[in-house]
Amino acid sequence: MQVSMSVNGERVNREVEPRILLVHFLRDELNLTGTHWGCDTSNCGTCVVWMDGVPVKSCTVLAAMASGREIRTVESLEQGTQLDPVQEGFMREHGLQCGFCTPGMMMTARWLLDHNPDPSEAEIREAISGQICRCTGYENIVRAVRWAAAHPATQEVGS
Amino acid sequence: MQVPAPFEYDRASSVEEAVALLERHGAEARPIAGGHSLLPMMKLRLARPERLVDLNDLTDLSYVRAEGEWIALGAMTRHAELAASDLLARHYKVFQDAERVIADPVVRNRGTVGGSLCQGDPAEDLCAVVAALGGQVVLRSSGGGRVVAARDFYLGPYETVVAPAELVTEVRIPIRPGSGSAYEKVERRPGDWAIAAVGCFVTLAEGSVADCGIGLAAVGANGYCAPQAEAQLRGQPATEESFRSAAEAAAASCRPQSDQRGPADYKRDLVRELTQRALRRAAARAMAGGA
Ligand SMILES: Cc1cc2nc3c(=O)[nH]c(=O)nc-3n(C[C@H](O)[C@H](O)[C@H](O)COP(=O)(O)OP(=O)(O)OC[C@H]3O[C@@H](n4cnc5c(N)ncnc54)[C@H](O)[C@@H]3O)c2cc1C
Ligand code: FES
Ligand code: FES
Repeated sequence: MQVSMSVNGERVNREVEPRILLVHFLRDELNLTGTHWGCDTSNCGTCVVWMDGVPVKSCTVLAAMASGREIRTVESLEQGTQLDPVQEGFMREHGLQCGFCTPGMMMTARWLLDHNPDPSEAEIREAISGQICRCTGYENIVRAVRWAAAHPATQEVGS
Repeated sequence: MQVPAPFEYDRASSVEEAVALLERHGAEARPIAGGHSLLPMMKLRLARPERLVDLNDLTDLSYVRAEGEWIALGAMTRHAELAASDLLARHYKVFQDAERVIADPVVRNRGTVGGSLCQGDPAEDLCAVVAALGGQVVLRSSGGGRVVAARDFYLGPYETVVAPAELVTEVRIPIRPGSGSAYEKVERRPGDWAIAAVGCFVTLAEGSVADCGIGLAAVGANGYCAPQAEAQLRGQPATEESFRSAAEAAAASCRPQSDQRGPADYKRDLVRELTQRALRRAAARAMAGGA
């Protein structure tokens, strides 16, 4: 079937099987491998992208269901040479080690900060509670999001 | 890589179209709402529909509103929307209590109230909430509509009265001014399905329980409810002692099974404790003016 959606502001049209999941569509059809694919069972949250402005687990959404919608992936966070404050925060506060969970964590964090610019530690932990990190123990992820909250303006890469 | 077996996909743009598509394609077609129960089951080949009818464009089925003596929840209302509804919070805090512990925030952005009831997982939290509140389920087919009491909606685990070409369009909850409600759940870790959970409402009159409803999840209660415990509590003074007796009755009436979430005896103990906690909290809310 034909699907057509906006991905990070660009219109894409593809012929796909109805059973293809959005995560595989993004990774395999569009080569947007920033979105990771882990548990396949909507538990780990590494596959989180935005659909019509709302974070969803893309392993549990069909590409067909995303047709006609606006998708935003981790690749959209960086603007030209500017990192999103969330990315900068993860860098400065060591919010990642292996980086596997990071795309999902950052997409949820960006959404949280857009709706709650000054979240408490408890609110951050609640927001990422459907996402698993095996490396950091979450402490530095929370710090990274707090850093981003404290530095809302985007920064020049490397500044 | 877990991918469902092949199927055809249609997207409905109205309830009528959805019903017509389901009717045309017979029992092998299934509606898909949030997809957060159906897609995992299809990946595991526990469900193998030949055609999906996507309901996600039916945004007119997404609402929480007061209609006369009822609160009406559109079938496509997401968990996150139930959690955020001021109207529900003003009438029944049991929804907020439950939504805080159903899955996780990202799953709650997709899962719907209609999908939850139709899934009928024995541990489905909203099934217990709606059963406790004595809700009704509104169904639509090409032959017209019908309304089924939530307690008569289930034939067994994962089995409901919904016919192949029938859609749930709405869930209705009777408004009970001044009543208090609450949900108590124990799970292995945040976001997990219940080991056991109890939802309830109480209406008080002069210190006694004028009316009540008790819903149970994950413990094999018929229709997710505990009618013996309710009958025992009605008319009794709203005291710890009455709550304890009702909790005993709820624990005695359910039929939990031992599984990876725990032994049956433990679950029965949980029902006893959680029923008491839920009644206590609901009564406190009723005394404070309600919700
Ligand atoms: C990781 C994870 C954790 C979860 N934890 C919990 C939890 O703790 N507690 C809990 O209660 N739930 C939990 N859930 C389930 C979640 O609440 C689901 O979203 C919900 O059970 C189903 O809603 P849905 O809209 O996704 O339904 P779908 O998956 O789309 O559909 C479920 C079934 O209902 C049918 N259906 C859907 N809508 C209609 C309709 N309007 N009319 C007729 N038939 C319909 C479908 O054909 C299908 O058979 C969890 C899910 C996941 C993925
Ligand atoms: S891959 Fe989607 S939640 Fe784990
Ligand atoms: S950084 Fe390794 S899983 Fe989170």
